Amino acid sequence: MKTLLLSALLLLVPIAAGAVEPNERLANPALESRARAISEELRCLVCQNESIDESGADLAHDIRVFLRERLTAGDTNAQAIQAVVSRYGQFVLLKPPVEPATYVLWYGPPALVVVGLLGAFFWLNRRQPGAADTAPLSPEETRRLDGLMRENDG
Amino acid sequence: MKRVFYLVPLLLFMILVGYFAVSLRPGHDIHELPSAMIEKPAPAFDLAGLGESKPLALDALKGHPFVINFFASWCVPCRIEHPLLMRLAEENHLPLYGIAYKDRSGPITNLLTTFGDPYRQVGMDSDGRVGLDFGVYGVPETYVVDSQGVIRRRFVGPLTAETVDKDLLPLLKQLGQS
Repeated sequence: MKTLLLSALLLLVPIAAGAVEPNERLANPALESRARAISEELRCLVCQNESIDESGADLAHDIRVFLRERLTAGDTNAQAIQAVVSRYGQFVLLKPPVEPATYVLWYGPPALVVVGLLGAFFWLNRRQPGAADTAPLSPEETRRLDGLMRENDG
Repeated sequence: MKRVFYLVPLLLFMILVGYFAVSLRPGHDIHELPSAMIEKPAPAFDLAGLGESKPLALDALKGHPFVINFFASWCVPCRIEHPLLMRLAEENHLPLYGIAYKDRSGPITNLLTTFGDPYRQVGMDSDGRVGLDFGVYGVPETYVVDSQGVIRRRFVGPLTAETVDKDLLPLLKQLGQS
């Protein structure tokens, strides 16, 4: 029973290993955690939908090692990322930068929502007859209405 | 005026259709990436030669346009383009240099003795570092470099007779003249 409980508990332990192989890891934990953070943002060129941190592809391994070498040599995070981008292009960034070429990508969806909301607003507004469209009842009509109401009550 | 307004969705739809038509046209591979290295100086390299042959260095190649082909003995698509490379070397005297990506001398020598050697020289990129500097993400990849050492064109995957005739050879001719 105890074994069963323990193994059930073990299933709950989150596995956050990624694809980083033990011999890739840096001895310096601070540098290693920076390297891990950067690799999560870089796309593996072979699988194209995985980060190099998750991918088991050879090229992902090479780029992970390359990143760690750059960090060990004293690169900042931005410099290390730039070194990879200058070789493989902006496609390696899983999160594309905000710049004129990507404005449509970043601002397109919110703009569409705004356009849709405006359209819906004007559409609904137009269909509801405003108070100004209806003329008030004339004295004659008021009298007729009152009469009808009284008939109904009776 | 109002009628024009009703055409907006149709217009948007047509734009979408146009986008799909461009992306899905035959012969277009959406997974093929543009190179970040085009119009940039080729990264310097100085690689050990194959077996006893002399090293392959970028500086020694400058002065005339040339073609670099990343290949490997373990690479199946490379076998597909191999006969074409042989033809180009023999008939067109293509200034073709090979970089053996993540491979060892033994298998490469085997490959080149079995299927023929189209390369003027071969450099051994055993750890794939030169490939990484070029932005190689799979073999084979082929680069056209001008006489100044600037990368002018990249071909991803095996070369075909069509791309060679329409693209590679005219570009080399143009580079050789200027």
